Amino acid sequence: MADRTTIKAPVPGTFYRRPSPDEEPYANEGDRISNGQVIGLVEVMKNFNEVKADREGVIASFLVENEDLVEAGQDIASLSDE
Amino acid sequence: MTNDGGGLVATDMKKVLIANRGEIARRVVRACRELDLTTVAVYSEADEEALHVREADQALPIGKAHARHSYLNVEALIGAAREAGADAIHPGYGFLSESARFAKACDAAGIVFVGPSADAIAAMGDKAAARRLAREADVPVVPGGDASRDVDASLATAAEVGYPVLVKAAAGGGGRGIRVARNPDELRDALPAAGREAEAAFGDSTLYIEKLLEEARHVEVQVVGAGDGEVIHLYERECSLQRRRQKLVEESPSPGLHPPTRDAMAAAAVRLAAAVGYVGAGTVEFLVDKDERFYFIEMNTRLQVEHGVTELVTGIDLVRAQLLVAAGEPLEFTQADVRIDGSAVEFRINAEDPEEDFQPSPGRLEIAELPGGPGVRIDTAIYAGYTVVPFYDSLIAKLMVWAPTREQALRRGGRALGEFRLEGIKTTVSLHARLVEDRRVLAGDVHTGYLEELLAGAEPATASTGRESR
Repeated sequence: MADRTTIKAPVPGTFYRRPSPDEEPYANEGDRISNGQVIGLVEVMKNFNEVKADREGVIASFLVENEDLVEAGQDIASLSDE
Repeated sequence: MTNDGGGLVATDMKKVLIANRGEIARRVVRACRELDLTTVAVYSEADEEALHVREADQALPIGKAHARHSYLNVEALIGAAREAGADAIHPGYGFLSESARFAKACDAAGIVFVGPSADAIAAMGDKAAARRLAREADVPVVPGGDASRDVDASLATAAEVGYPVLVKAAAGGGGRGIRVARNPDELRDALPAAGREAEAAFGDSTLYIEKLLEEARHVEVQVVGAGDGEVIHLYERECSLQRRRQKLVEESPSPGLHPPTRDAMAAAAVRLAAAVGYVGAGTVEFLVDKDERFYFIEMNTRLQVEHGVTELVTGIDLVRAQLLVAAGEPLEFTQADVRIDGSAVEFRINAEDPEEDFQPSPGRLEIAELPGGPGVRIDTAIYAGYTVVPFYDSLIAKLMVWAPTREQALRRGGRALGEFRLEGIKTTVSLHARLVEDRRVLAGDVHTGYLEELLAGAEPATASTGRESR
């Protein structure tokens, strides 16, 4: 169960919350998101990988800051049911 | 004039800042040193342990790891050049090497930009405008035209040249921002999406359409503008082995050109470069179809990653030539001096896993043993204990081989690839080991889609050790 309460980084790299610096974040804390929804990007060596929710829920909090370096499998955001 | 010792005389250019990192920063340090130019390295927080930092005469930090805070930060770079008292900035390739804004900022600061004028960069940077310039210079372009937001006009252009077509960003280049449309419905979908992507990536939504030439070769011509209006060509490089429009193997000469085509392409490249008053090293890229008709695609207004294969077959040091031209010195060769001797091939060693869809593979290199011996050149910035950082390009080494014939060069390449011992990260060495034994690569019978076809038809994960080619 514990594994399903966070959204994890698919690959190591730099985490971004926005599609590009001038755009709105993909998602904010408190947003209800659907299964498969993109909540951010991880860039590694100029490759951008989408970070997707693997279930629906509400984003309780982001656990890393924009532009933080993350490891593969690192928790990016926590989800709650409400 | 240059003196006999090879150093620069009678010029104010004494100190060069290198606005880059990795192997190309080291490459520029080497050329500077042979010309008695003092070098200034710059580095991000991620590159404190990098070899280019140690090897330059001086090194200055320019910001955080992410390129836009450091290697793409115009103000930080100009500030570092001022602080170091550098007279010139060499941009390398990538990063700011094709930024007209950066070239202008150098001019404004009274610093020599080692490259063409900001105007020439801008003229070729707008790929749709570059097509028009090429036509004016009597250089054939891929059939196509501007793709206005007027969908009907774009559909008419596509119908005229015939599907499939490519939708490209005018501000793009280097294989980025490209969509394929195989019919009018796909084109209707592609135009708004491509426009949005181009706006987001380049701040300019201008698009153009080109006919997709299937089974074409990518052949490019190296040019050097001497600064007095003369443009010299250094023949061609064949770069058809690509994955996702990124080159993996390059060679010179091209195995697929007959002499009249080679000469016509070289002349076309010189005409186009001369038309924009091109100064310094640049590359004019063409597609060549099965009937050896060639079409201009774009000009790269900088040193290329693969410049080394041209150096190996011509004996001309392109970075030295760039620095001489920037210093206002004459070139040390004329067109009549440029001859191709033998055959050279470059293999790009990337920190990517060929068995996992080329997923980037940053990390610490526990062991880094490199090939050597006759006819082998390696340009790299790795060493045992070096950590390949995740922030920049995945290219970690360029293996280049030279031999009297193409067949011998490929055999030598296979021999040299077998000498690599890189442990701790995944690399493309195994893919190259397979390519040098591939029947069609050996025959020179490839096109820009060949490598992807080969990978798509390959045995899955377990089979790609490089020993299975049939």
